Amino acid sequence: MTIDLVLFFGLALIAVVAAIAMIASRNAVYSALFLVFNFLTVATLYLLLNAAFIAVVQVTVYAGAIMVLFLFVIMLLGTERESIGGRIRWQMPLSIVLGLALAGELAYVLLRNDIVQGPLADLTVEFGSPASIGRVLFNEYLVPFEVTSILLLVAMIGAIVITRKQREEGK
Amino acid sequence: MDWQDFLSVLPFIIVAGWATILLLVDLWIPANRKGITAGLAVLGLIAAIAAVISRFGIEREAFDGMIIVDGFSSFLQLLFLGVGVIAIAQAYDYLRRRDIERGEYYILLLYSLSGMLLMASAGDLIVVFLAVELLSIPLYVLAAFAIPKADSEESALKYFLLGAFASGFLVYGIALVFGSTGTTALSGMVAAIESAETTPILLLVGSGMILVGLGFKVAAVPFHMWTPDVYQGAPTSVTSFMAVGAKAGGFAALLRIFISALPGAAVMWMPLTMWIAALTMAWGNIAAISQTNIKRMLAYSSIAHAGYIFMALPAAATPEVAPEAVRAALFYLVTYAITNLGAWGVVLAMEKAEGSGLEIEDYSGLGKKRPALALAMALFMLSLTGIPPTVGFMGKFYLFQVVIDANLIWLALVGVVTSLISAYYYLRVIVVMYMRDGEPEVRSEALLNSTIFITAFGTFFFGILPGFLLKMINQVSLLDLFR
Repeated sequence: MTIDLVLFFGLALIAVVAAIAMIASRNAVYSALFLVFNFLTVATLYLLLNAAFIAVVQVTVYAGAIMVLFLFVIMLLGTERESIGGRIRWQMPLSIVLGLALAGELAYVLLRNDIVQGPLADLTVEFGSPASIGRVLFNEYLVPFEVTSILLLVAMIGAIVITRKQREEGK
Repeated sequence: MDWQDFLSVLPFIIVAGWATILLLVDLWIPANRKGITAGLAVLGLIAAIAAVISRFGIEREAFDGMIIVDGFSSFLQLLFLGVGVIAIAQAYDYLRRRDIERGEYYILLLYSLSGMLLMASAGDLIVVFLAVELLSIPLYVLAAFAIPKADSEESALKYFLLGAFASGFLVYGIALVFGSTGTTALSGMVAAIESAETTPILLLVGSGMILVGLGFKVAAVPFHMWTPDVYQGAPTSVTSFMAVGAKAGGFAALLRIFISALPGAAVMWMPLTMWIAALTMAWGNIAAISQTNIKRMLAYSSIAHAGYIFMALPAAATPEVAPEAVRAALFYLVTYAITNLGAWGVVLAMEKAEGSGLEIEDYSGLGKKRPALALAMALFMLSLTGIPPTVGFMGKFYLFQVVIDANLIWLALVGVVTSLISAYYYLRVIVVMYMRDGEPEVRSEALLNSTIFITAFGTFFFGILPGFLLKMINQVSLLDLFR
């Protein structure tokens, strides 16, 4: 129990520091890398919660695919250095208000602990394991799963069709 | 899950699978002979038509209710596949003429069709969402097919951004409906609403958002802003397919979700759909009057027709009328598809290589130069107005009758009055063709001409003898499965 708590607070601290560093950093590439760091810490938190599948997805999809895409875009556009002149004036007060509102909502949900407790009692150890997710995905949700794969293929073909034409034009 | 489940989605598997195979085959087809790809694509569609016909009349749920096979889905799938065949035939010469012929056109068209087929038999909101996306994403790319032409790029970008926005509404609405009913299965939603184990406010907001998302897809007012620009900018063969196919796909989902899955919540969506129908009919027809470009004019016309079909939803809120309302909507969709494909075909024949020849004035003298083509166009315009002896009249007659049966007399009146308004701009095309002198430059391409001939024949034939079509539609019952 205590080991868990120590681990949790250690990881939580790292995650928060990484998140703050991501916002504070002036260089967009550093920001992106701090975000990757934050994602990895959160993935470890999922592991602590016995949610292996979500942890792996977090690493492959968020820390992997999406952030690599971000880095590509940042580097291709050459916007590593923050170049936007002044910040928008009402951005700071607005973000404080919205942040406080979100924190308030979270506190409300967590303090009203009757919401959280009900369904948790019914969960088995199997819940959320890769094996059980796989079973649901390939039985109950077979059709949506396969259609999604076709959808991704179509999106890929579409992207190539649109960009290839422009390359020919550039010749 | 057994082999019968796979038979239930066979048309979808054929079309999507064939598109994927064709993608590879296309690599070995030389660039100047892409007609082979088009021909092969049509072969795949014919196989899918055979698959649909072979299981006509069967009603069952497959894959634990994810897929529904019934008369409604089979009928719509036949319509979609027929539209697909005509769309490919219309595209072939046009793509060559505009020098944008590439095999991927037909492949993306097949993928979009597979999304429509799935939409017709979707039994779960998750499948509905995926079908909407599978239908739309190839269309975004097809709209951009004439890149780097600026209007094609603009059209694709607008369509993509607003389409993505609408998808956001749709998926959020689905999430809220799930939160309210505890299920995404359409059959489960009926049971949940009947047992009153729902949160009404979530159901109201959720179904409202689904209505917004699908309203974008069918171009209903006030979610129609994208339509004229997208229809005008996209390559005309794409517009033809999008105006008919995407709209029918959107209505397939609207009818299925609201009439068969949410009849218990009819009190909530009935006033909303009623006002959308009235506004769409009124604004589509009024805005069409001032258009000088035929593509924009037909775009507003397609908005107006979405309004007419939308009338089936408030009518179906009255349980006794609901089955007839679904049939009237299906009949109108067929009417709309035949007539519109024909009208767009004529526009394709009139368009010049550089994309001009699209003003209504350019049709001057068509009556003298190409009497047959002008006659066909006149027939389509009469059908869009709803004047006998065309199929458009039968469609409007059936639909108005249903609306009156549902005691929505004022809505039927709005329909009749707006049809009268529409006569002004439809008949103007006929006047320009026959009364003005001019030397229009017209194409005569065998495939295009035959699609115009077939649709003109259909417009006339079903206008005089709608019995065959009505008999087929009378077998359609949307509601049996969940009762």
